[in-house]
Amino acid sequence: MSGDGGDGGEALTISDLRVTFDGFTAVDGVNLTVQPGDLRFLIGPNGAGKTTLVDAVTGLVKATGSVRFGDEELLGKPVQRIARMGIGRTFQTATVFEELTVLQNLDIAAGAGRGMWTMLRRRKGVPEPVTRALETTGLTALADRPAGALAHGQKQWLEIGMLLVQDVRLLLLDEPVAGMSHEEREATGELLQRVSEDHTVVVIEHDMDFMRSFARSVSVLHAGKVLSEGTVTEVQADPRVQEVYLGRATEPAPIPVGEEA
Amino acid sequence: MTTTTEPTKAVTPPPEPKTPLLERLRVPGGFALGAVLLLGIAPLALSDFRLALLAKYLCYAIVAVGVSLAWGRGGLLVLGQGVFFGLGGYAMAMHLKLADAADTGEKLPDFMQLYGTGDALPWWWEPFANPLFALAMTVLLPMAVAALLGFLVFRRRVKGAYFAILSQALAAALSIWLIGQQATTGGTNGLTDIQGFFGYSLDDPVNQRMVYFVIAAVLLALMALARQLFVSRYGELLIAVRDSEERVRFLGYNPANVKLVAYVVAAGMAGLAGALFVPAVGIISPALIGIVPSIGFVIGAAVGGRASLVGAVLGAIAVAWAQSTLSDAFPAGWTYFQGLLFVLAVGFLPGGLASLWTVARNRRTRQASSGGTA
Repeated sequence: MSGDGGDGGEALTISDLRVTFDGFTAVDGVNLTVQPGDLRFLIGPNGAGKTTLVDAVTGLVKATGSVRFGDEELLGKPVQRIARMGIGRTFQTATVFEELTVLQNLDIAAGAGRGMWTMLRRRKGVPEPVTRALETTGLTALADRPAGALAHGQKQWLEIGMLLVQDVRLLLLDEPVAGMSHEEREATGELLQRVSEDHTVVVIEHDMDFMRSFARSVSVLHAGKVLSEGTVTEVQADPRVQEVYLGRATEPAPIPVGEEA
Repeated sequence: MTTTTEPTKAVTPPPEPKTPLLERLRVPGGFALGAVLLLGIAPLALSDFRLALLAKYLCYAIVAVGVSLAWGRGGLLVLGQGVFFGLGGYAMAMHLKLADAADTGEKLPDFMQLYGTGDALPWWWEPFANPLFALAMTVLLPMAVAALLGFLVFRRRVKGAYFAILSQALAAALSIWLIGQQATTGGTNGLTDIQGFFGYSLDDPVNQRMVYFVIAAVLLALMALARQLFVSRYGELLIAVRDSEERVRFLGYNPANVKLVAYVVAAGMAGLAGALFVPAVGIISPALIGIVPSIGFVIGAAVGGRASLVGAVLGAIAVAWAQSTLSDAFPAGWTYFQGLLFVLAVGFLPGGLASLWTVARNRRTRQASSGGTA
């Protein structure tokens, strides 16, 4: 399964990925394939290597092995090149440009391919992808608000919107609902489901309820390795996962699966 | 699921921003007011002596326009603008010295006859006899040096205080080098006693006024240019790079290039300012481009408000005026006062005096709203 996912776009194929910091192996031979159109959750205890994995895919840390998006190898490319290939990410803390408006944030995100002449002129009107992203994320009414004045959840949605206008095909989201209220979580989950209709989405998450409600598939990382993989039901039934999360000899809690709570 | 923060269904179009007429006229109106003040009222109201001083301050204001772009918008603490000011100034002065010498039938500028080692002009002086080459060099040379330096520095992600210190070191290095080359650069004295400006005698007050008009016009033109950069998409991107360089990289831009443009443009402006300084004041010397003047170039912008174009320009003029007034009264104290001013402005009023208005307005609104509920 390498590459051509038909009309759906490219698959992300990670093989034997290893990341070492000063002798400590944070990611230890991960093999992972995410098919186009998936909404994949990466879960695992603290220190399992989830964020490091995303860092390696996006070029932020050096790694060995192979990460392919479609047929293209990502390892060894600089951050901005990988970003231009259609791979976008968010960080645990929302980083938007606080002094710029929502519209300006999205416009900058949409414009990495702009020529010099366009850059040196004033923005006239709203580019079409920006309008669409405003609608998808529900931020239309706040377009002229400085991003610094947004609520926490709105900032995360703005970040996701910034990925959408970049025309990314793969979104890597690092704990998008951390610190959100219940309503904001629900709204974010629905946003992710809508986005995953025409994008591949990978979400790092700690929140198990959120995962159960919205994941299409799950990979469990533990100590730098993939421990288990499959649907939410399959993963929850896996005794190794129960061991890592719940300790030995504990009954798995009955859990509603595949429904929106 | 029925909260207003839900991102699912928001079909309300963005409210059309209704800009009041006054607001829309603010920028062109302010620009026109500045033009009337600089080109109309000041030349009428000021004596030749005062106008010549103002011409000098306006040169510093031109540097401040670049500082406002690079530091205010780009976050680059350019503490070595003296280098570019000096390159522009020396390029202009070399041409004027050669022209002066040619007028009196001499082969060499006066100082070379005194200190020079031979009777041949150094090879790197030769092309500056051509006025067009010299004029182009006043801008292109600083821009080229800035491009090279910025290319090396920004790509290696040198920033913050390290960048500032590096800039300072370069300003020190250039002025020390100039002092060491007395035979070809005039050494500590610099290039002095400049008589003519493209055929016009600088002793004539009418021509001095002409120089003032050129400087004022250049300042206004560069402010318009900077303003265009500020409101352009590039200007928005520059703020984004200043506030979160890493994030910009993840959007697919190379922040090094974004910063490079601001740095190079600011260097070109400083070079042009240096070039205009020479006919206005009649001298360019290492003491005018070293560490202390380099810090001086940013203090005006810091005090006036580095992110605001008008703030930076007025700040530069005010600080330059204060310097020439106060340094006569307290020659030793001025440098310390200047340093203190810098620390105070950066530490306690990062937006400069230009932000006082906003601060006051916010306070008024707060008081009004709390008063309304009480």
